[in-house]
Amino acid sequence: MSDNILCVKGLKVTYSVGTARIRAVDDATFDIPKGSIVGLVGESGCGKTTVARALTRVMAKAAGFEGGEMLFDGVDLLGLSEADMNKLRWRDIAFIPQSAMNSLDPVYTIEKQLNEVLIQRGGMNRREARARAEELFDMVGIDPRRLGDYPHQFSGGMRQRVAIALALALNPKLIIADEPVTALDVIVQRQILDTLKSLQERLGLSVILVTHDISVVAYVCDRIVVMYAGRVVESGDTETVLTQPFHPYTMGLYNAFPDLQSSEGLLTPIEGHPPDLSDPPDGCRFAPRCPFAQTPCSTQNPTLVEVGSRHVSACLRVDEAQQLREQAAQTQTWMGAI
Amino acid sequence: MTSAQGKAVTSTPSPVIAVEDIRKHFAVGSPIAAAMRRKSVVVKAIDGVNFTLNKGESVGLLGESGCGKTTMGRMLLKLDEPSEGRILFEGDDLATMQGPALRAYRARAQMIFQNPFEALNPRFTIAQSMDEPLSNANIAKAERADRIRKAMDLVHLPDPAQFLERYPHQMSGGQLQRVVMARALILEPTFVVADEPVSMLDVSVRAGILNLFREVRDNMGLTAIYISHDLALVRYVCERTIVMYLGCIVEDGPTEEIVKNPMHPYTKALVAAVPVPHPAQSHAPLPIKAGAPDARNPPSGCRLRDRCPHAFDRCAIEEPKATRIGARKVHCHLFD
Amino acid sequence: MPELTTARKPHALHWLTRRFARLQIPLDDPFAVTGLIIYAVFILVAIFANQLATHDPLEILYSETYELSSNLRPGEDGFILGTTSLGRDIYSQLIYGSRSALLIGITAAFMVAVIGTIVGLLSGYFGGWIDIVLMRAADIAFGIPFLPFVIVLSAFLEPSIWNVVFAMALILWRDTGRVIRSQVLTLRTRTYIDAARIAGSSDMKIVFSHIAPNILPLSFLYGSIAIGWAILTEAAISFLGFGDPETISWGYMLQDAYASQALSTGGYYWFVPPGICIILVVVAGFFISRGYEEILFPKLKD
Ligand SMILES: Nc1ncnc2c1ncn2[C@@H]1O[C@H](COP(=O)(O)OP(=O)(O)OP(=O)(O)O)[C@@H](O)[C@H]1O
Ligand SMILES: Nc1ncnc2c1ncn2[C@@H]1O[C@H](COP(=O)(O)OP(=O)(O)OP(=O)(O)O)[C@@H](O)[C@H]1O
Ligand code: SF4
Ligand SMILES: [Mg+2]
Ligand SMILES: [Mg+2]
Repeated sequence: MSDNILCVKGLKVTYSVGTARIRAVDDATFDIPKGSIVGLVGESGCGKTTVARALTRVMAKAAGFEGGEMLFDGVDLLGLSEADMNKLRWRDIAFIPQSAMNSLDPVYTIEKQLNEVLIQRGGMNRREARARAEELFDMVGIDPRRLGDYPHQFSGGMRQRVAIALALALNPKLIIADEPVTALDVIVQRQILDTLKSLQERLGLSVILVTHDISVVAYVCDRIVVMYAGRVVESGDTETVLTQPFHPYTMGLYNAFPDLQSSEGLLTPIEGHPPDLSDPPDGCRFAPRCPFAQTPCSTQNPTLVEVGSRHVSACLRVDEAQQLREQAAQTQTWMGAI
Repeated sequence: MTSAQGKAVTSTPSPVIAVEDIRKHFAVGSPIAAAMRRKSVVVKAIDGVNFTLNKGESVGLLGESGCGKTTMGRMLLKLDEPSEGRILFEGDDLATMQGPALRAYRARAQMIFQNPFEALNPRFTIAQSMDEPLSNANIAKAERADRIRKAMDLVHLPDPAQFLERYPHQMSGGQLQRVVMARALILEPTFVVADEPVSMLDVSVRAGILNLFREVRDNMGLTAIYISHDLALVRYVCERTIVMYLGCIVEDGPTEEIVKNPMHPYTKALVAAVPVPHPAQSHAPLPIKAGAPDARNPPSGCRLRDRCPHAFDRCAIEEPKATRIGARKVHCHLFD
Repeated sequence: MPELTTARKPHALHWLTRRFARLQIPLDDPFAVTGLIIYAVFILVAIFANQLATHDPLEILYSETYELSSNLRPGEDGFILGTTSLGRDIYSQLIYGSRSALLIGITAAFMVAVIGTIVGLLSGYFGGWIDIVLMRAADIAFGIPFLPFVIVLSAFLEPSIWNVVFAMALILWRDTGRVIRSQVLTLRTRTYIDAARIAGSSDMKIVFSHIAPNILPLSFLYGSIAIGWAILTEAAISFLGFGDPETISWGYMLQDAYASQALSTGGYYWFVPPGICIILVVVAGFFISRGYEEILFPKLKD
């Protein structure tokens, strides 16, 4: 599997809050092929940010690894010393945190903040740093003359571009972007996604794009990883997952999204809410909300099984997927699931 | 089709809401700084807006962040006063409403807020929050419990009794937004403004709130304004859409027509920018220049001219007026 | 007081406990609890002053041999803290002093908290000319030096402990008013206030049922600071000789001791106890306010 830049296997991350243990990520398994954009989707609290942060090993104090492995270019990140991991950050793996555009330091100019990475981390001298900063601004589509501006002089979209420029600073192989377009207007969102896509193609980057919006995934991602309640429930090529989903949660998510192109159909909510991660139910985590749940679903733990070429799904009823898909398209199926 | 719609516009008796050349300018910055610059900085949040709403109509107010949607909604509910122009509710000027007239308006015009966690007093139980509009409207105590139960039924909160004694932080976002809707509907209003009611909610519960909104609107014959920056959502709930840019209306017409055939250059870009949840979609560059609209310092003439790919010299000089094209109104010099 | 609450229906009791809970008295802060205990002790002393005092504090006492009982040391002739140079019982003065101290402290605190809260609420909520007028008045109050003002006031009016209360009510509302106003300004922009307006609530109803409960702890904080201030001010005024000679207060005792040269003759038993009492009450006020600050501005914690 040398064509994968990253392989995550059975990743488990737990937060300890008082005596409670929140199993935020519980057995997440997925691959990131080299030079592709992978969308990590799921509803709020399903553990997307936790996975993203785990990959950089920059985590909240309360968080702890409980197992699994994260092979980056064949090296297990969990086995690295903190010093070695620190060498990887920015140079090999860059992270754009959730609401990065609001976390730029308001008292320093953008150039200063870029320099911090370029000089401190990249070991460049001032001249090289300046040249690189200008190049980066060009790449993300901001006039390099504005390098001396303060963050508040930029619009939200421009600040998000700055965050991308920061991530690109040291030519990483993998960029992990946590909700990079969530708070932005559609036009700006589109422009940012286009920038990201073209950079990825030009530089041969691999990107993990965390989002809750499957339209964004459909627009830019080659592959999609769907998470539910701390687990990966389905992953595969975007096109196949969205057109031929194998997991009922993916089917439900698709039904819940308004679509500007389709003729008008009724949107269908998924009733209920995700389980409490400090005390998750046995069996399939989606079972309490799943219209297709059967008795074994609440006892037997489904594992990811191959359902197509590079397409996996964790549902006990994957064999009946064709039939479930037809039922899932009907609104009544989803009413009164609980 | 055009004639049918033309008729619908002309033959209506009196609109529920008539907005006449409304402007809302906020002075920003400290008075001292303003005095030093000898001129106060003004944000033109709304700058000359006209539209009417007919009974039973639901209209989407669409536009990007900061274009003035919330400001418009607040003025419609008399939470803010316009700097210029007037708003008529069934022919009565909101500016002159006071005392009993205002109280009557409060019972008939309601708002559903963006953030349900903020819209209810955290120190009040759900029952206390639901009781507030009823006691203000002098509904007899004996009747109130019944009204609350009915309103909770209306928003499909299963087994309302279990929620009444809870505090807002003890409920989920979707449940709370239902409570906020129930509270808005409890006095049986005729006009409702919903300001991005699902943007704070999780994807899987959004659809439920949207469906509920459509259902109560149809059952109660509400006249509604649905504020959003998401055209796909607006299309789902409104038959008519008003597109705003920098405090002005750029296009106003039937939603389906706007989605299928946007006319104004801004609407064109907006429609093209909306991603759809399937892989087959256009990746063509957007027909608009990058740039950030600045309400403190809008361009002269047409507000879009610095970003518009079609701008010509007239656009810098003259503000485009509404041009009627079929059922639509477009504010652009390309069309007059 | 306790009889009052228990006599009512449990419903009323519930209402009262809920109101009380809204004050958010910081019972988990050791300093605040110490402060509250000090207050409680002084309040009990003041209430039971008649029982606790051994003599009339202003009575000039004679021994059985009709000699003036002046300048007695603690313990002599059964006077717990001795007597003054005029033959008055220091212990009883101290006990009765707590009455005037608390009377002044609590009324002044009440006035400051009530006036400041009302000003802050009106100014912050309504804005406009009400705000301008009230805030200019506060500016003026900020410009007046407090102690000289009280002295001038006492010189114009009859000497009385109420001068202090009156002066505090006239001036010290400014701090409370300002702080509460700024708090109201932020509360006013909360969405649920708009929601209440749309639900048809009148301005008064919004102010009292949605805004006031949130600022009650702040009023209480400033009230507890004002208690200390008032007692300190009264002591200063009395010490400077502008006090009311008919009312026993700790400040009056200090002044009396000072005028009788107790400091130079080693009469520490005369001036130390009232001094300690003043310090205790003032410190108690600050302890409580410290506890409140941690609730109101939790950032102070780290
Ligand atoms: N620092 C923390 N301490 C304790 N629990 C946490 C912490 N951070 C996250 N959690 C919990 O872990 C779970 C996963 O959180 P995470 O932030 O990864 O979700 P997410 O998918 O990124 O959600 P969102 O879309 O809201 O950003 C949630 O249940 C959350 O409450
Ligand atoms: N009270 C105020 N004082 C000063 N400026 C204001 C005030 N309220 C709004 N504005 C400004 O008016 C403009 C319009 O704001 P408004 O909140 O109506 O936008 P919006 O379309 O609702 O945006 P969003 O989608 O972000 O909610 C913005 O530039 C905003 O900064
Ligand atoms: S008026 Fe001119 S600038 Fe404005 S949208 Fe039309 S063509 Fe573009
Ligand atoms: Mg997240
Ligand atoms: Mg808004």
